Amino acid sequence: MAEPMGFFTDPTVCIGCKACEVACKQWNQLPALDDERSTMSGDSYDNTRKLDGTHWRHVKFVEQFDEDRRDGRWTMLSDVCKHCVQAGCLEVCPTGAIIRTEFDTVVIQSDSCNGCKACIAACPFGVIDINPVSNTAQKCTLCYDRLQVGMEPACSQACPTDSIVFGPVRELRERAARRVDQLHAAGEKRAVLYGADDKMLGGLNAFFLLVDKPEVYGLPPDPKMPSRNLAPGALFTMLGALVVGLVSLFNFRDRRAGEADRD
Amino acid sequence: MIDAPSSTWFTASPHWHWLIVVHFMLSALAGGTYFLSAMIDLAGRESDRRVARLGYLITLPLLAVIGVVLIVDLGRPDRFWHLFIENHTLRPMFKYWVPMSIGSWAVTAFGFFALLSFVAAFAEQRHLDWKFTRRLRPPGWLGTLVAVPGAFFALVITGYTGVMISVLNRPIWSDTPLFGLLFLVSAVTMAGALLVLGARWLGWQSPAMAALQRILTWLLGVQILVLIVLFVSLGPAVRGWLNVWGIALAIGIAIGIVLPLIAARRRGPLGESGLPVAAALILAGGLIVRTAIVFVPEVNAP
Repeated sequence: MAEPMGFFTDPTVCIGCKACEVACKQWNQLPALDDERSTMSGDSYDNTRKLDGTHWRHVKFVEQFDEDRRDGRWTMLSDVCKHCVQAGCLEVCPTGAIIRTEFDTVVIQSDSCNGCKACIAACPFGVIDINPVSNTAQKCTLCYDRLQVGMEPACSQACPTDSIVFGPVRELRERAARRVDQLHAAGEKRAVLYGADDKMLGGLNAFFLLVDKPEVYGLPPDPKMPSRNLAPGALFTMLGALVVGLVSLFNFRDRRAGEADRD
Repeated sequence: MIDAPSSTWFTASPHWHWLIVVHFMLSALAGGTYFLSAMIDLAGRESDRRVARLGYLITLPLLAVIGVVLIVDLGRPDRFWHLFIENHTLRPMFKYWVPMSIGSWAVTAFGFFALLSFVAAFAEQRHLDWKFTRRLRPPGWLGTLVAVPGAFFALVITGYTGVMISVLNRPIWSDTPLFGLLFLVSAVTMAGALLVLGARWLGWQSPAMAALQRILTWLLGVQILVLIVLFVSLGPAVRGWLNVWGIALAIGIAIGIVLPLIAARRRGPLGESGLPVAAALILAGGLIVRTAIVFVPEVNAP
């Protein structure tokens, strides 16, 4: 297996140009329209709105201003599939359409997906959705086709400020740690890494530097694997089966015994 | 979503709407009617056989509709077979840790046993001289060999839908592991109500009706208990019910559980004439509760 590859995204140098979104759509031949519309969202400069089956990169615009707007901050974060080491989508896919590649990335094989939509709900980050062209679930592939021939993913190659950096995850983590130290030294004490270690879903191969709480960027503070409820859910259900079985048998048998006695 | 009560609030909608409500409802009724019919056949007496027969005759058509609904709801219905066979290797596709995979195979297996029981019930109903088919129902080793695994798969399809939504990371759904238990108990309750209604509509006075009435009372009580534990287990995520679907859930619980339970305890109005009304309320309430559960994550999106 090749070395795990991924993205390190640093919003402190993102300028919100959306070159990553355009490059992604161009390379992956994704339609430009949003739900067959081309409308303004009214939410800052964010007309992409969310990650889904046709938006595999999404530049979020986070506006944080005082009520009188004298003081404030405007942060941009290019969001993407996290290619989790423990991937909820891969875990729940009932057709085997979602696979882990030799680069430790997570890819949906469109020709195997039957559009059951389980992966959409299982993803802790809300990354996946149905592509209305293929009617199958789709998301970022981390440009698997480009990786296979030694090329860099389209989004990181297009990023003009290196807000999105592509490379081996091990090297990216070292780079990200140095960047956090640099920001702390510069007085930005809130800078932290999100998903850079294996505590979060075994590690996110696409991880982020944040300068606020994850929720501010629309990221879950404590993402979990969907399977956490499988064993207790199954056990409680079996308990229920036992209860209804006993209640049914007891009542049908009890009556039969009572009637036999009377006979 | 700064003040989200759970990380499940950051997930996306799978667009499961009315077809899934239909699926959940029909799975409950199909599995529940078969299970109760098998219990009557295994533990009841000869005079109850026609109530069990009614159950078997209801199960298979419902199961056929479930199959169609499940296929139609796929984004690519032409690829439904990918649930059973991996399309690249053509090997069987089964993931024991994925409720949807378990459910797909369970519905298929259940269909086999439901078909055998349906044939037996149909032949009996029409007084057809198919001697072999009568042996497909208990008593007798062959009938038991059909009814016991059939009842097992019947319970699987009533409960797997609840476990499935608990394993999908959506608000409310995966904030508790108890939906499988709730779905299973309420499925058998609703199926009992359906059998009561069917028997009354046909004008039957089977002794099994009294047993079914007692079973309904018991299971309604169990449902109340399960719902209390479920709400406690939700913790801060219980806030997700403070919307229109919470109101729908409350109405569903009042109609489908509390009112029939009160009627059952009072005896008077429920006695003979009140039982069909209570059964109808249980079915209506069960539908409302399932609808509320299916839709509640949609209004808790980030």
